Amino acid sequence: MEKDTTTQAPITPDITDSAERPTGDPDFLQAALDPGRTGPVQSGEEHRVKIETRDLRIFYGDFEAIKGVDVTLRDREITALIGPSGCGKSTFLRSLNRMNDEIAGTRTEGQVLLDGESILAPGTDLVSLRRRVGMVFQHPNPFPMSIYNNVVYGPRLQARLSRTEADEIVERSLRGAALWDEVKDDLHKSALDLSGGQQQRLCIARTLAVGPEVLLMDEPCSALDPTATFRIEELMIELKEHLAIVIVTHNMYQASRVSDRTGFFLLGELVEFDLTTKIFEDPEDERTDAYVRGRFG
Amino acid sequence: MKKRVSRVWEWGIERLIQIAGILGIILVILIFFFLLRNSLPILRDFALADLLAGREWRPVREPPRFGMLPLILGSLYVTAGALVISIPLGVATAIFIAEIAPPRAREILKPAVELIAAVPSVVLGFIGLMVVGPWFARSFDDIPVGSFAALGSIMLAFMALPTIVSICEDALYSVPRALVNSSLALGATRWQTITRALLPAARSGLIAACLLGLGRAIGETMTVLMVTGNAAVIPRGLMGFLRPVRTLTATIAAEMGEAAQRSEHFFALFTIGLLLFVITFAVNTIADLIIRRSEKDIA
Repeated sequence: MEKDTTTQAPITPDITDSAERPTGDPDFLQAALDPGRTGPVQSGEEHRVKIETRDLRIFYGDFEAIKGVDVTLRDREITALIGPSGCGKSTFLRSLNRMNDEIAGTRTEGQVLLDGESILAPGTDLVSLRRRVGMVFQHPNPFPMSIYNNVVYGPRLQARLSRTEADEIVERSLRGAALWDEVKDDLHKSALDLSGGQQQRLCIARTLAVGPEVLLMDEPCSALDPTATFRIEELMIELKEHLAIVIVTHNMYQASRVSDRTGFFLLGELVEFDLTTKIFEDPEDERTDAYVRGRFG
Repeated sequence: MKKRVSRVWEWGIERLIQIAGILGIILVILIFFFLLRNSLPILRDFALADLLAGREWRPVREPPRFGMLPLILGSLYVTAGALVISIPLGVATAIFIAEIAPPRAREILKPAVELIAAVPSVVLGFIGLMVVGPWFARSFDDIPVGSFAALGSIMLAFMALPTIVSICEDALYSVPRALVNSSLALGATRWQTITRALLPAARSGLIAACLLGLGRAIGETMTVLMVTGNAAVIPRGLMGFLRPVRTLTATIAAEMGEAAQRSEHFFALFTIGLLLFVITFAVNTIADLIIRRSEKDIA
């Protein structure tokens, strides 16, 4: 497929420039620096299972928004969730780090397993769950404070950091989000002065700073221009070498460009879930076929 | 023909709205000049330093003394005390209403707090004078009489509360939900989210709320007139809170009736009015500037 070559596009030169690379980088940066391993998953290739849902049902009051979804999300892959507005894909995404708890009147049934352990069990530690399963939202929403303080916000919730520890986290996270070179001289300026695309990468950096294992992205590019969108997509492909990424998107091209597997949601049901190439080229279900060809939605 | 009528009509409506808008500004300017004109005899005959820093307010003695320091300090004590009580209480109430209370409790609480503003100040003064003050005097040996500065503070705090709660709550509510969710998604507890993300984001609005509460407290007259004892003495130290004082506002209210028209005493009371006008105008302007800045921050 022609599109696959674009997903293998080399990572931004400023990241691969070894002169810029700090010593003692964490694994994920090293992985991100290796452009040879960023291709999409091929049929038959299976990464470790990261998240599994079993008969997941989510209700808003009496309305059943998610109607029994069974799905397996794998480590070091990008999973795209597509479907028309109101199909429940965002609701599903928020159930993976229990952000639905913040919406009054929601009720969740079934199972969500993270590394085989239920995250719906009573007594689940939401703080540690959300540190393991980070989230980036639709609109870039940095805190109204400096770039630096945005990045250390998460780590500082858990522990007092020395100046050097904080500096190190800031640099590592901003490099991880491909933002370091643009902002390294302005770390103490307000994050609100950045462009929309930079703000969104800052939000990704902020999430990376707490060291997540899974990154949930809820339409992260819908408020961005094409150039900024392209940079985020590049970044996702770099990051998947270390994390599982789940992205909700309305953009068919985005799903086909970046993701390894795609799930198609319709009216609260997961209609089809397969390798992205399969979903876009030869889907089993005719509703999927109609949707990816742009016939409704 | 019909088109023409409607154009005249449009023009008329526009002018009417314009006049209504300008009228507010004109009235404020007129009030300022009215106060200034009636203060001129005093400002001409007495040095400003003697007025503001003079330690004696004896308007009917010969020669009269118009030292406003006891009154200024009286207002300062009562207002500062009111803010010490009402700001923590008000901000905490606003946080509870905006963030913690279940939706149904919120629907009841906010109007309930705002309803406090509907209690006439004379009724509050009456309660302070008849119930709260005597109770304090009976219960604490350090409080000789049931009218003292801190009692005014308590009653004023109660009056400033609706202003502070209502504007704080608006400020907290206007913080984008996504910001709060981002904080929670980074593994913050609810309390951490409130103190580290929500309050800093709403900071300007909270400061403005407190300043408007201050403006409300410093201008209040009837309640403080009734409960603070009306002794124009300079309050000293912390004990000053437990002794009678007299505020700028209460002085005008208490003495305007007995001051002879166009006497020096009469004009001196206008000078107090001018001072109050300048203070509240400054406080409100600062609050307004801060609110405007906060709107820009959030956008």
